[in-house]
Amino acid sequence: MAENFGVLWLQAGGCGGCTMAALDRDAGGFAELFSLGVELLWHPSLSEATGAEVRDLLDEIAGGRRRLDALVIEGAVLRGPNGTGLAQKLAGTGRTMLDWVKALAPRAGSVVAVGSCAAFGGVTAGAPDPAEACGLQFDKEVSGGVLGRDFRAKNGLPVVNIAGCAPHPGWIGETLAALATGLLTADMLDALGRPRFFADHLAHHGCSRNEFYEYKASAGEAGARGCLMEHLGCKATQAVGDCNQRIWNGGGACTHAGFACVACTAPGFEDGRDFLETPKVAGIPVGLPLDMPKAWFIALAALSKSATPRRVRANAAAGHVVVAPQRKPGKARP
Amino acid sequence: MTRLVVGPFNRVEGDLELTLDVADGVVAEARVTAPLFRGFEQILKGRPARDALVIAPRICGICSLSQSMAAAAVLRAAQEITPSPTGLLAADLAHAAENVADHLSHFYLFFMPDFCRAEYAAAPWHEAVAARFRAVTGSATEKFLPARTNLLHVVGILAGKWPHSLAVRPGGTTRAIDLGEKMRLLSAIAELRGFLERELFAAPLEAIAELSDPAALELLSENAGDFAAFLRLARSQGLYRLGVGQTPLTSAGAYRDTDPERPLFSAGLFDPTTSETHDVSFDAMTEDTASAWLSAPPVHPSAGETRPDTEKPAAYSWAKAPRLAGRPVEVGAVARQAVDGCPLVRALIARDGGTSVASRVIARLVETARVTLAMERWARALDLSAPFCVADVPERDGPVAGLVEAARGTLGHWVTIRDGTIARYQIVAPTTWNFSPRDAAGIPGPLEQTLVGTPVGDLGARAPAIQHVVRSFDPCMVCTAH
Repeated sequence: MAENFGVLWLQAGGCGGCTMAALDRDAGGFAELFSLGVELLWHPSLSEATGAEVRDLLDEIAGGRRRLDALVIEGAVLRGPNGTGLAQKLAGTGRTMLDWVKALAPRAGSVVAVGSCAAFGGVTAGAPDPAEACGLQFDKEVSGGVLGRDFRAKNGLPVVNIAGCAPHPGWIGETLAALATGLLTADMLDALGRPRFFADHLAHHGCSRNEFYEYKASAGEAGARGCLMEHLGCKATQAVGDCNQRIWNGGGACTHAGFACVACTAPGFEDGRDFLETPKVAGIPVGLPLDMPKAWFIALAALSKSATPRRVRANAAAGHVVVAPQRKPGKARP
Repeated sequence: MTRLVVGPFNRVEGDLELTLDVADGVVAEARVTAPLFRGFEQILKGRPARDALVIAPRICGICSLSQSMAAAAVLRAAQEITPSPTGLLAADLAHAAENVADHLSHFYLFFMPDFCRAEYAAAPWHEAVAARFRAVTGSATEKFLPARTNLLHVVGILAGKWPHSLAVRPGGTTRAIDLGEKMRLLSAIAELRGFLERELFAAPLEAIAELSDPAALELLSENAGDFAAFLRLARSQGLYRLGVGQTPLTSAGAYRDTDPERPLFSAGLFDPTTSETHDVSFDAMTEDTASAWLSAPPVHPSAGETRPDTEKPAAYSWAKAPRLAGRPVEVGAVARQAVDGCPLVRALIARDGGTSVASRVIARLVETARVTLAMERWARALDLSAPFCVADVPERDGPVAGLVEAARGTLGHWVTIRDGTIARYQIVAPTTWNFSPRDAAGIPGPLEQTLVGTPVGDLGARAPAIQHVVRSFDPCMVCTAH
């Protein structure tokens, strides 16, 4: 039988939400990982071991006396205040988490940043960035971070960034499974270290408001069914993630539930302002779909707005469906 | 006197360290440290007011919706709008799902695995308890995680995802559900009831919700089910006399229920030493920074500041020390149920001379039964023809507050808005109350007081009693210092 793939999971400057997401079983939570040979050497929320038992484990790994297949960090690494790292000491050890991350990462087969905080700094790095937070290998979109741009784990990969706030549980489980089975290679990561299996998509793909998007039938107020891009701040046409091709918590997704995508998979998303309103210049949204020429977008939007069926326009402004799909009189109903 | 530093103290949400002075095998003095500071109060300041809906939930991955509810309450107060009653009910329903998920995660993932430790290996009950509750591999985890996943479908249907949703707004919620979704809600809640009645209580929820005296609890302890297994441990390990807390208990009142005039659980202040209930006003509170790596005078949070100062010699935590009329206060399910008049919880407190490890756990599980029954009512009552949200209007200038009951107790946001922008944002979370450090008068926080007298014997930091007392509060350390 193959040896287990030992994972050490530490929580740095974050909210613990990535762990809470990872526990969600219907999207490949921990239980499925164990079937692929993943073994938790220690996880702060789940493991029995505490206190001295954990300190001994950390010392053994840092000293090279115990193999570590994957170091998983959740939360931004805090360098403050004033460069001291004192905004987070790892309890019981007298050492900062900054110090521990630097000591443990070179020993790890793979290094994984789970969540946008560990990847890029995330909300913890939001201006004025009181704790001087950054990601493991990025400081917002700038390569570097705590480990430096040239860092490579023993498996030859840079830090694998499972971006998202919180990431879909499947992104976490599938990435760890791909590392455990040795199937994740450098070409499967994008330029920001995000696994391409979710980062090669836009959050917009598969959005349940798609018909409203096509006709630019926009929601004007929170709670309306229309497209959220024109007025309500939605960044799903610019943000990476297969969010709307997956199911969140048994049936949800951000845009499906009626609120804007805030581009939580992107470095620096936390420095947005007026998240729930679309910035416009002369009535035209500033953030147009990622790779669409502006003139074409404006032309198509004007055309589709003039072609919007009454049903779509009415429903876009309502919370519930007010006009059902119908054929012209004399034809059979669909 | 021996000084013990205990940490990393895990199976809590976030980072926790204890410093214990032990004399003759018992804790003589305790200091509790919140070792993580992120500065959310500074991150929120200067942003457009409504961006709090995006930033505040991200304080915490386990009480995310509670933070959303408090931020939405703040904006609702500043907008002075009348929200959609249906939207409020939908928000309460999603919030209830988060709170029940947290209570159950505490019991199955955080608290019970301590009884599986090697220090208990000689006990006659150990083998069966370890097979059931062992961290990660116990048979209960196999049952609980799918049940938790199913319960969080309630949040998925009403609020899109968990954690970190933007569905809760000042005017209601952003998703008007349809009949199919309502049926899925009812089905998810029915599955929750099934799990609770099969695995946890081995009894109907109604019977648990109506438990009124400790003798009934003793009868129940002979049942099958995980609750009964805990009750037997509580009796044999003396958990009713362990971690006794005598500070006042408070609740801001929880869930609007279907009658807006009367919340499901009432607000108030309960004195465990006299069993008297009083009205509570949070106007009489202060946050003290004497033992925090922060410099600010002890003032009401509506005037509070957040300025790190790591050079302070007397400081030992990133948490401020909230005090109500000068006194530390315990919050959480045990406080909520005592304030609301739950006869069982009040009887246990009266008998045991205060809150205890056992009554904190029992209150959480009795509350789980009561809230699940309420969720069934609310899901049926959701009016599918009504709007779920009313439109925002500009926020007026001035100070506003939003108070909610998170799973772990009272959560308050005190905010000043100026020209639509956040001029001040101060957060006092449940564990800020429970795990506060000493104040300027040297008065220790609730956990620090409660730990005094805890037996550690020759085991030092490995003593299970320490683990039980601390985890009985279900601390959320990421919220504590935020």
